[in-house]
Amino acid sequence: MFNIFIHLVLLLVMPPLLLGVINKTKALFAGRKGPPVLQLYFDLIKLARKGVVISQTTTWIFVGAPVITLVGIVMAGFLVPLGPFHAPVAFTGDLILFAYLLAIGRFFTTAAALDTGSAFEGMGAAREVTFACLSEPALFFALLVLAKMSGSLVLSDLLHAPLAVGSQGAAASLVLVAIGMFILLLAENSRIPVDDPNTHLELTMIHEVMVLDHSGPLLGLILYGASIKLFVLSAVLLHILFPFQSGSVPLDWGLFIVEMLVVAVGVGVVESVMARLQMRHVPYLLVAAILFCAFGFVLLVR
Amino acid sequence: MNPLLNALLVVVLALNLFVLGTSRIVTVIKVVSLQGVLLGIIPLLIEDHVGWSAVFASVGTIMLKGLVIPFMLMRAMRDVQIKREMEPLIGFLPSMLLGALATGFALLFAQALPLASEHTTPLIVPASLSTIFVGFILLTTRVKAITQIMGYLVLENGIYIFGMLLLGVIPLVVEFGVLLDLFVAIFVICIMVNHINQAFSSLDTRHLAALKE
Repeated sequence: MFNIFIHLVLLLVMPPLLLGVINKTKALFAGRKGPPVLQLYFDLIKLARKGVVISQTTTWIFVGAPVITLVGIVMAGFLVPLGPFHAPVAFTGDLILFAYLLAIGRFFTTAAALDTGSAFEGMGAAREVTFACLSEPALFFALLVLAKMSGSLVLSDLLHAPLAVGSQGAAASLVLVAIGMFILLLAENSRIPVDDPNTHLELTMIHEVMVLDHSGPLLGLILYGASIKLFVLSAVLLHILFPFQSGSVPLDWGLFIVEMLVVAVGVGVVESVMARLQMRHVPYLLVAAILFCAFGFVLLVR
Repeated sequence: MNPLLNALLVVVLALNLFVLGTSRIVTVIKVVSLQGVLLGIIPLLIEDHVGWSAVFASVGTIMLKGLVIPFMLMRAMRDVQIKREMEPLIGFLPSMLLGALATGFALLFAQALPLASEHTTPLIVPASLSTIFVGFILLTTRVKAITQIMGYLVLENGIYIFGMLLLGVIPLVVEFGVLLDLFVAIFVICIMVNHINQAFSSLDTRHLAALKE
């Protein structure tokens, strides 16, 4: 009960902090002072108090999409175990639900972008969907590797497989899956090698361009949902990167939070040392992610 | 057998694909030197107790493949002032897929080989075969002389991994002889690259086929 409570609190409260840590890391690399670590919380409060401007051409989808996306990603967060603890919701085959909760969020975000009738937003939606076609197989291959390793189709057992199996024998596959999942994390959250969250140049935007017409609380919901997505996918990656367990409950939660911040710093470092890829080179990166995860599977079953 | 060994070899395989997918020559040089450093760690992991010969092999490899050769190549790059491989015969994405296919083939092929039983579990044989294939792909599909050197280096890395199977049996002198050959070869090629650049004001090796007199 206590663990479920902590799970919910972390899932709902911690995500904006991760983005703050990423931005602080980038600022340190650039020699700037950077925004405060809690900046996104301030932004969310500010946006919640603002009014909304809604275009006359839009329908209910435009208003509904941010809410559905947020609910979808929070539900996905319920399915993912944090650290060595079990997820609040777990049943056989929930990995499929997890993948499609991510997909439904994407579907409604792109639908809302098309709903505005703006050419730019349509372009962003097309790009988002194109790249999603390549990131989804990578996710499924990664989950397949873990399912094969654990012999279970429950996300809670499956993600704990690296912990149970240890580094014996499966280390090679896990390294490959970890690389693939990290690329996936960057691509799904529109971080730098794929997309630049700070850019406002319409021709190169992917995710940012789809939410140009949203304002006020709706934009707040989108930003909050995006940060939760980062949190959830990082939690999945953590199981593969750091399969450790201390045994004591408070220590494990502390360890989990520290690991989470380490991943955020890692993302910040990648963003600082890399330039974003040219749009036509992004598929190479995603195909590489698929190949890594697929090889992980080949190594495991051979 | 150290469980880290397979993880290390898998990273080597991942770097292979990365080399095939990037067009920046400086990145290729950095990645290949990183691969060299990783290969230098293998001798320390492969035997149960680490002897002097393993340490020498490791230090020698890291120094040469990780520092000296990249330094020479960087100098050559600076002298000829090129940054990118512009028009490979096979594009970057197809060559990456080809590399992946070669790796899959190597995994299957290594199973069919009649290896000694202690050589079947680690990925040494498939990793070496796949690295050799990737080296071939780089050598044959890239047209700039300097990227072809990188292909040669990757090829040599593959042979080096295969040589790791025999680390305990062959004398250290042979190992160092191979490294010395590699050093001399790269040295000569770097000089050649400079001459090609002076003669044709380009590093495109296709010019060499059109030589007259």
